Amino acid sequence: MAESEQSQRKARRADDREVEDLAPADTAHKAELDSEVDSLLDEIDDVLEVNAEEFVRSFVQKGGQ
Amino acid sequence: MASTADRDDSAAASSEIAARLNTRVMGIETEYGISALSPGPSAIPGAFSSAFVEDDLHPMQLSNHVVKAYGASAAGQPAGWDYETETPLRDIRGYEISRAAAHPDQLTDTDLGMANVILTNGARLYVDHAHPEYSSPEVTCALDAVRYDKAGEAVMAIAAQRATQSLGRSVRLYKNNTDGKGASYGTHENYLLQRSTPFDRIVTQFTAFLVSRQVITGAGRVGVGQSSQTPGFQISQRADFFEAEVGLETTLNRPIINTRDEPHADASRHRRLHVITGDANLSEISTYLKVGTAAWVLRVIEAGELGTDVRLDGPVAAMRTVSHDLLVREPLYLLEGPSMTALDLQEVYLEACRNHYERIAGDLTETARIEAKDIFSRWQDCLDALRADIFSLADQLDWVAKLKLLESYRQRDGLSWSAPKLALIDLQYADVDPRRSLYRALLTNGKMRRLVTDEEIERARNSPPDDTRAYFRGRVMEKFGSSVVAASWDSVIFDVPDRPALQRLPLLDPLRGTREQVGQMLDECNSVTELFAALGR
Repeated sequence: MAESEQSQRKARRADDREVEDLAPADTAHKAELDSEVDSLLDEIDDVLEVNAEEFVRSFVQKGGQ
Repeated sequence: MASTADRDDSAAASSEIAARLNTRVMGIETEYGISALSPGPSAIPGAFSSAFVEDDLHPMQLSNHVVKAYGASAAGQPAGWDYETETPLRDIRGYEISRAAAHPDQLTDTDLGMANVILTNGARLYVDHAHPEYSSPEVTCALDAVRYDKAGEAVMAIAAQRATQSLGRSVRLYKNNTDGKGASYGTHENYLLQRSTPFDRIVTQFTAFLVSRQVITGAGRVGVGQSSQTPGFQISQRADFFEAEVGLETTLNRPIINTRDEPHADASRHRRLHVITGDANLSEISTYLKVGTAAWVLRVIEAGELGTDVRLDGPVAAMRTVSHDLLVREPLYLLEGPSMTALDLQEVYLEACRNHYERIAGDLTETARIEAKDIFSRWQDCLDALRADIFSLADQLDWVAKLKLLESYRQRDGLSWSAPKLALIDLQYADVDPRRSLYRALLTNGKMRRLVTDEEIERARNSPPDDTRAYFRGRVMEKFGSSVVAASWDSVIFDVPDRPALQRLPLLDPLRGTREQVGQMLDECNSVTELFAALGR
């Protein structure tokens, strides 16, 4: 079954990165990867609930199945 | 002597029967985690505080608001649930426990006035055990299971948004299975089996599959132990909550093999296997492999073709062993023979599925053959990757994606596993609101592979699958919803003008009521009166 073309392109890009990641040290490229992870984490930091400790502590559920 | 035409007819009929016998009906039901933030300080209109509050709003009431908020929309119609055929106390082993002896949590067939909506896609949205639950329509292939499972997330995202508006409190819904404080809520798969399959065989041959499949189906969890008493990460949300090998319960003393026998179909021919060990997955590939591999393994077990004796010595402990083993290489001890790892066991099942497929491929539809080969190939790739480099699956499996994200945070911020921020990331990965969902953040950054598009999910939110009775159920909700008084998986009850009694239409066969069978009729009928005339009733 066909994945959407867009996701295949993304997947291929992701695969390429992994292969390159294993290639001999390329400092410039390594820095690029680090900055990509950093920008993802920055993006996530912006949407994370504020005050993690209080938020997590107060998330209490009744049991279910 | 039979004419050629007769022979053709009978050949076509027997191939149709074969294809039908080889069709597997299944579905996924998910209880969502739910909370409302306390209203924010009045100085900042629309602001919410950063914490949930224990207050007047009981989670059951809150869940009720959420379901009603969605039900009030065009995509759903409030309708009663027809409990006539529900028997949650019946045990697949052949006896019924008395209602007096049952724990109140086991009584799911009493309607306490809680909201209950049958959706135009054939799903059921309702309140179960203080959680809003989405039960997908019946489907016959793994990709449809993914579409309708993701449609459930979209339903919940809309429901949360509307409930937030109507309550003036930010309502959060999470597609996860634990609060990390001892409570767990389920994601259950349902597979229709032949009544003739000895149940004992399911227990002895399916248990090791459920134990070992966590390496593929796990959603990942921060915290080890039911109350996360030990800091750390584990593969599965649910593993720590299983305490028995076989049983009827789902809310306490949870068993790996659940014996609830409520087929929602002809009970003389079918039983429904209610699989309660699974995690709520966000990754489309995790869900696809979860139901795709389980459905194939059940075919093998029904055919009696597994061969290998895979009975585990202590399956309950093995559930935890597999879930806590991030290197995926701990040995599991069998009652007979040498120990095997979870990956070894999965290889045994995959091999048996491939062999069974070779034998029955001729009796499958072309679509089913293509999907089967796709499932086997992805399954094999995952097992190979888990042996070689776990992180190569970070764009496919939930637990690996989550672990990679958490490790990035640990590295950048120097966090230990007890850091609240990591528990928050675990929780927020599963937030159904696309603006807050961390799974969604990975997806939009091209870090997760997909199998379906947002357009397909939106279509699945509104329209039923073509090839099961859910088609009839969904279409009548869409066209004649105001005339539907109640419905269940295997019936719809109509109020037909000029008829003194309510009209109950049984839908006992999950493969009747498909688009091919009733699509044109439903298209042509403009009223429920016309529908009943067309049905000859």
